[in-house]
Parts: sequence; C-alpha cells; structure tokens
Amino acid sequence: MAQQDISKHRFTDGKLNLRRFHQARWDEPIIFELSREGQRGILVPEVEDGIRNEVGDVLAALPAKLRRKQPPKLPELSQPQVLRHYVRLSQETLGTDLNIDVGQGTCTMKYSPKINDQLANLPKLADLHPLQDEETVQGILEIMYRFEQILKEISGMDRFSLQPAAGSAAIYANVSIIRAYHESRGEAAQRDEMITTIFSHPSNAACAKTAGFKVITLYPDQDGYPDLEALKAAVSERTAGLLITNPEDTGIFNPRIEEFVQVVHEAGGLCSYDQANANGLLGITRARDAGFDLCHFNLHKTFSSPHGCGGPGGGASGVTEELARFLPLPLVEFDGHKYYLDYDRPDSVGKLRPFYGYAPVVVRAYAWVMSLGAEGLREVAEIAVLNNNYLLAKMLEIRGVTAPYAKGKRRIEQVRYSWEALTKETGVHSEQLGLRAADFGVHYWTSHHPFIVPEPCTLEPTESYSKEELDEYAAILAHVADEARTDPDLVKTAPHNSTIHTIDRAPLDDPSQWAMTWRAYLRKVREERK
Amino acid sequence: MNKPGPSVHPYIPNSVPAVKAQMLRKAGAESVEDFYEDVPVELRLKENMDLPEPLPSEYALKRHVEGILARNKTAGEYLSFLGAGCWQHYVPAVCDEVNRRGEFLTAYAGEPYDDHGRFQALFEYASMMGELLNMDVVNVPTYDGFQATATSLRMASRITGRYEVLVARTISGDLLSRIRDYCKPKIKIKLIGYDSWTGQLDLDALKTEISSKTAAIYFENPSYLGFIETRGDEIARIAHDHGAVCVVGVDPISLGILTPPVEYGADIVCGDIQPLGMHMQFGGGHAGFIATRDEKTYVMEYPSRLFGIAPTCVPGEHGFGDVAYERTSFAVREEGKEWVGTAAALWGITAGVYLALMGPEGMVEIGEGIMSRSRYAMLEMNRIEGVKAPVFQSPHFKEFVVNFDGTGKTVAEINKALLAREIFGGKGLTREFPELGNSALYCVTEVHTKDDIDRLVSALKEVVE
Repeated sequence: MAQQDISKHRFTDGKLNLRRFHQARWDEPIIFELSREGQRGILVPEVEDGIRNEVGDVLAALPAKLRRKQPPKLPELSQPQVLRHYVRLSQETLGTDLNIDVGQGTCTMKYSPKINDQLANLPKLADLHPLQDEETVQGILEIMYRFEQILKEISGMDRFSLQPAAGSAAIYANVSIIRAYHESRGEAAQRDEMITTIFSHPSNAACAKTAGFKVITLYPDQDGYPDLEALKAAVSERTAGLLITNPEDTGIFNPRIEEFVQVVHEAGGLCSYDQANANGLLGITRARDAGFDLCHFNLHKTFSSPHGCGGPGGGASGVTEELARFLPLPLVEFDGHKYYLDYDRPDSVGKLRPFYGYAPVVVRAYAWVMSLGAEGLREVAEIAVLNNNYLLAKMLEIRGVTAPYAKGKRRIEQVRYSWEALTKETGVHSEQLGLRAADFGVHYWTSHHPFIVPEPCTLEPTESYSKEELDEYAAILAHVADEARTDPDLVKTAPHNSTIHTIDRAPLDDPSQWAMTWRAYLRKVREERK
Repeated sequence: MNKPGPSVHPYIPNSVPAVKAQMLRKAGAESVEDFYEDVPVELRLKENMDLPEPLPSEYALKRHVEGILARNKTAGEYLSFLGAGCWQHYVPAVCDEVNRRGEFLTAYAGEPYDDHGRFQALFEYASMMGELLNMDVVNVPTYDGFQATATSLRMASRITGRYEVLVARTISGDLLSRIRDYCKPKIKIKLIGYDSWTGQLDLDALKTEISSKTAAIYFENPSYLGFIETRGDEIARIAHDHGAVCVVGVDPISLGILTPPVEYGADIVCGDIQPLGMHMQFGGGHAGFIATRDEKTYVMEYPSRLFGIAPTCVPGEHGFGDVAYERTSFAVREEGKEWVGTAAALWGITAGVYLALMGPEGMVEIGEGIMSRSRYAMLEMNRIEGVKAPVFQSPHFKEFVVNFDGTGKTVAEINKALLAREIFGGKGLTREFPELGNSALYCVTEVHTKDDIDRLVSALKEVVE
C-alpha cells in the first residue's frame, strides 16, 4: 500500500500546516477494575520486635466499636501496574507542557520553568515541618520575606501575606480584611454592600456573598468599559468596597480606574484590585498608584507556578500600611539578623489556612522573578501584550469572529472574542468550535457564565508562545470556522480525535444516576438492572 | 562574531527583535507603547522597578536559591516529633513520579475530552477516598482541611437552616480561628469542653448546649490532641435527636484500623489528605476533603467541583464531567454555594496514587504500625521522671499530649535543649490550652524506628533529669 505523504501536515519549509493530532487513548480501565487480590503496591516499614514486645496488640486494646471491621475495599495492584495506570492517565491529559495553551484565557497558561520545579522539590524544602524552630527554617523564611519585598515593588503596596491558597482564597482574604476595617470603625453593620463588575472573575461576587455582603454587579457601558455612571449610582453609605479586575476578562483596560477608586473612597468604601490579569502590566502600572487599598496576585498565573490540574496554586494579598494590621497571621519579619514569624497581631483576621501558604509555589515564583529581574518582567508584560494584539489581528482575519466593545482599541492580557456571526451563519456554537479545536491538540475556553458576550471565546497568549505557535493556533481556529461552513456536522459531533467521544451529560444532573465514586456507580447500575 | 543585540530571555521567544518587528507590523503598531494607550500617563511607571539584579543563567539561579534553602535544617536531617496538623509520613516514590509528570503538573481546566486523564484520576481519587471513608460522595479537593471543615459547617447550616454550631474545644486554635472567620457572617460558634482526665467531649455540656438552633456538632477523631473520641456514636445520636448534622474531622491515614465516622453516625466527614503521599513542604502539602452520603440535600450544598462518571456515545466508554454544575459559583456567581476556584487537585491525584499503592492491607498495616510506635513512645516517655505521657487516659492514634510540669522546665526550654541534640520536640500547647500546663503535642508515625524513639527518650532524660 502506498504511504500517504504527510509533509502537508507538518511545519515544513516555513509553511504552516495543521497536525494530524490524536490524543492518547489507552482505554484505561477504572483502577478498581485492575485490582487482583493479594497484589501489593508498596510495603510499609515493619514494627520492630522491641516495640511489639513492649506494646503488645494495640488494636486489641481499642474498644470494639472503634476498630474497623473490614479493611477498606481499596484496589490491590502491584507497583508497576499502579505506575502504568497513572502514566497512561497523565498521557490522556493535555498539560501546558504539551500544547499551545493560549485557549484557556484568563488562566495565564505560561511556561513553568523546570528549574523552578527542581528547586521546589528539594528535600531542603520538602522535608520542612512548618512548626520547626525558626533558626532551622531561615532559608525558606528568607525566600518568603524577599518575595514579599518583590511584590511590594511590583504593586506599590506596603505589606503582603502569602498565606491565601490561591486566587479566590486571596479575594476572600481581602474581603475579610475590608470587613475587619469597617468593624474597627464601627461601620460593619451599615456597610453591607460590595460592588464588582460582571467581567471580573465570579469569585469576586461569590466571596463577597460568602462573607455576608450583598453583591452589586455593574455591567459595562456601550463601549465595554466598566460604567462609571453606574458605579456612581451604586455607591452609598452602605458601600463596603469595590472588587474589580483590570484589565477585565475582556482584555480591556479601564482608563478611568482612578476615578472608580475615588468614587468608592468618597463613599467611604475600600478598593480591592483582583490582579489575576496582571501579566501584561508588570512594570507598566501599579495597583497602589491607581489608589487601591488592597490587591492580590495569583502566583500560579502571573508568577509561573504550574497549575497542577487545578492547584495547588498560590495567592498573595497586598494592602496599604493602614490595613496591614488586619492581614492574616503570621507575617514574616526580619530584625536585621534573623527572619521570624510575627504572631503578635491582635487585629488580624486570623488564620486563613494551616501555617503559611504553599511554600513550594512561593519558591517557584521567587525563582521566576530572580531569573527575569525588573527589565525582564517588563519584557514579559510587553511581549504578552504584543502576542495578544498580534493574535487579535490574526483572529480578526477569520470570517465570523469579532472582538466586541472598545472598537479600534487595543487589548492588554487577553481578548474575549465572539463567534456570534459564525453561529448565525452556520448554527455552530462556540463550545462546539472548541471541541473541534481539541481535535488539533489545543485547549479552548468560552467564558465564565453568564455569557454577556454572545458565543464567547477567550484567548490569552502570555509571553511564552512563539509567533509560529500563535500562527498555528489561529490557523486551527480558521480551519475549524471553515469547517463550520463546509461540514457543520463534523464540528457539531466533535471531538473526533480525543481520548473519548461525546459525553452524555444527562446523568450528571440526575440524582438517581449521578455517581461521584465508583462504588456509587456500581450501586446505581445494579439498581437500574433490577 | 557579532552578538545580535541584547540576549533574548529563554522564557520569552518573541523578544527576538526581527520577530517582534514583524509582529508589531501585523498588529498595526509602531511599538508596544501603542498597546498601552488606555493606561493613563499618570498611572504609568516612569522608571524600572527596583528589584534585585536578575540571575538569567539557569545555573546561577540554581546556585542562588539552593544557597538560601541550604540554611534550612530539615525533619529528614534532624529527628522530628512535630505534628499538629502537618505530619511526617513516608511518601512513596511513585507518588512523586506521578505528580511531577509534566502532563499533570501543568494541566489546568481543560474539557473532559482534552483532559480525560485528569478527570479519571480525580474521580478515582474520590472513589478510593469513598472506600476509605465508606461514603459515596467525595469532592475534588478544596484548599486544605481547615477549609473543608469550615465549609462542612456552612453546608450543615444551609441544610438545616440553623445558625449555631457546637465545636469540640479540643480542636486546634488555628482551625478555630479559620472557622470563626469563615462562619462569621451568620453562624455562631459555641465551644464544648472536654473531660480533663480522658479528653473526651463533655456529653453533659453538649446536652446542655444543643437545641433546636443547633445546625451541627463538630468533633475530630482522632482529635487534634491525639486521643480517640470513643463516644462518637452517642455524640451523633444527640445531634440527630435535635435535628442537627454530625460533622466529624478525621485523619485519613487512621482509617485502615479505625471505624469510619459514617458508621457511628457522621453525616459529613472532612479532613486533610496531606498524610496520604504529600511531603510536608513547610505546610505546602495540604488539601481538604469533604464526604457525604449520596443524598441530593447534601450534594447540592457542596461548593466544590464534583466529578461524576457518565456514558459517551460509544457503548462501553466512560466519560467524566461536573455533577450539578449549576450549584457552583462558576455557573451562577454569587448565587452559587460559597465559591469554587483553583484549589489542590494535584494533591488529590497524589493521594489517589498513595491509596492505590497501599491497598487494603497497607492501610491496615500502617495504621497498626503507627499506633504501636506511638504507644511505645508514650510508655517510654512516661517513665521519665517528671514527665507524663499521655496526659489523657484514652486510646491514642499517632499524637499525644506530654506534660512536663514535674520537670521544672518549660516546653520552650526542653525544645531548645532537644534542638541542640538535633531533635525537634513536640509543639508547645500553652497558648492554645493553658489549662494543660506545661504540655506539648508529640507525633510518632511509621517513619520512626525504635532507635529514633529511644534517642528521643534518652535526650529527654538528659534534659529534664
């Protein structure tokens, strides 16, 4: 049989062609299906005779009702089978290390340097107990202290806590601090409203609500900018604060951000800057300079720590001197000789999580900044923004897609596009385009709900992708948009080259069928068969 | 040879001047300044930030960071008996191998198609935790055990429509701080004391405090102070008699040998999975779990993501997806349950690997081994003049309170002297539990040999006698 010439699927002679991608497909069983009685994945250290002789049978001493009757029904596998199972599952996962990961817009899927992983995994960090004597943890405390100084300079803020577990946890920390501030002034009961915008991350609204605030959400003006008049109408003596992203998830920078802050300040509220989208602004503009009282960074986004399938990430909450007394416990201090943890902070909102935050994430973030320096960070921002506007130009060449709002204006870190025109023409929806794009080995994300921008798609190229990679991503979407016209069913039934095929989502919303564990699944399948 | 201008940083491919120029042209811009037109001039930084000189060569960076971290002395180098919420357990090599795979390490929020493996691994994690806990629903991990506990209490409040929770006084001061902050808007926290002889929850106080306002009672098993709460069944019954939810915090590594809380009446079980394959990492190894029965009333109150198994259009093929997504803040912002965001998924996958390696026998053996070693340590320490171990006359798992009142020395003094002998003594409890006098919380696990424990005991003898 004659072999097909695949050069038209390769990047050859400087000409871009689409790959013949197929995601790994191992038809890998559920781990319980691999279980064989008697197999062992690891042996635990034996109890020495000297101990056993002295303590006897410790289980016999337990009250019978507290002693587990049957060992847990965990799977039984030998070590190589466990390893192979998980390595296969890893292959069926499209990490940033593998793909042109510009499609998970707002997630800042940049390169996570491998050297930083090596440093974070060193036994000198991995084997540290958080309650060790301070003199034995001077190294990690020094890194935390140094990194705080770096964040202060990047944001203009006066103090940071590295304790929040991730971005949303940092938003919640900042909401707690705003509440503590108003309590300290005896205005907590009165100031029960928190203002945010619809293009700020949903956690701004959700954290405020969780902390007991009524949420006021501002919608954009006709040009897609946060609406200053709407803000003026919303503030009052009930305003606790403003939680806002800038640039918003549309990629549009709010040029009147200072006025926003002023309006809220005049009403007696505080302003917290969600800097999840800070990547394009490093060294360009700072939270404090726009008058913000609080801000937060996501260390797993802007500062390169890997996203870990959804964490661990890292959050950093920054505040002005006036609010520093409310930061979570403890803070890292330096007395000129040694680093120490300061618990003597009576006005603190307290502990947000066990101990001090995700130390390995802080080490990675610190190493990332130390590799780049001030000029390097600015280069990160400028190239990220260049990449974004370059991709915008490429995208707008595709028929059927637009970048709504702020006509003719630039975007900062990402762009929220709309495929509304293509959908009207072909009946193919944005989500379906995304699943077809997956057939070419890339991620694609629509937007958070609600879809204010119709048929949305959010792309964020960061600084990590080459021009050729951006070209390839745009070519994939151009190809898919073309297919929506020529062969809409192909797109609507995608993905075709993934590990699995179209999922029937109905059971996931049906209490009689949903199953979050294998045991629940087996039980429900059995019940159904009866 | 001529150098083509300043070096291009290895992380930033398009810094190459020719590429940059080409891209600017395409974007219709003169320079990158054009892209910042919306940033008002008065908000622009006029100078470079004042940051430390960079170390762009990877080798120099490695030297620098390793040099700082070298100042640490670790629990691997010293002998450690610290616990109190972060525990030194052995981490199997395969756990590290899997969670350092680039595919898992750098994935994030892809669809159940692109990231089928991530979904399956997390579904399997929940499934194995389900077996360990004997419960049908387990969430994709939240941040840590603190968050899991605080959320469990708010879930209980929403389920019952009540705004008061009763919490065992024996929990950690830090966890209590977290619960107070998180429950502040609506829920009142009342502490229930303990029997000073056994440590067990004071059932009379519980009966006095519980009422038709009580949303939940929370206790831990094993408790923060290490003893096993032996009357969990009675506590659960009292809670249920008053229409309250019984929430139990549990150390998952104890469940090979201890009865899962659901079997004595727990409705929500929560805790931290750090013991299941995560290095301590100065507190960086935490992730929280919440488990319930498979009842809609409970399921709909989870803020976390829940991954369920679902059929695909191909017969026999399994897919996965979010269960009841509409309850989350991703779907409905502030109308969702609390919030959901990036949490600790990689540690969930890792805990799954751990449980798969250990299997049923491994979990039984490790539980029994830990109990035997900690029992041995208590017996030996108790023989030291002036030292009482354990303080509470109850069965213990891996931690126990040691009292030093009879030695005339403070915990701080003792720990300083132990440190000089390269031993980390237990956490002092004076701040959290002043009524326990001069006491410390010691932790013994499967990593401790008889020699290790004997070394601690002889060092303590030297220090106090």
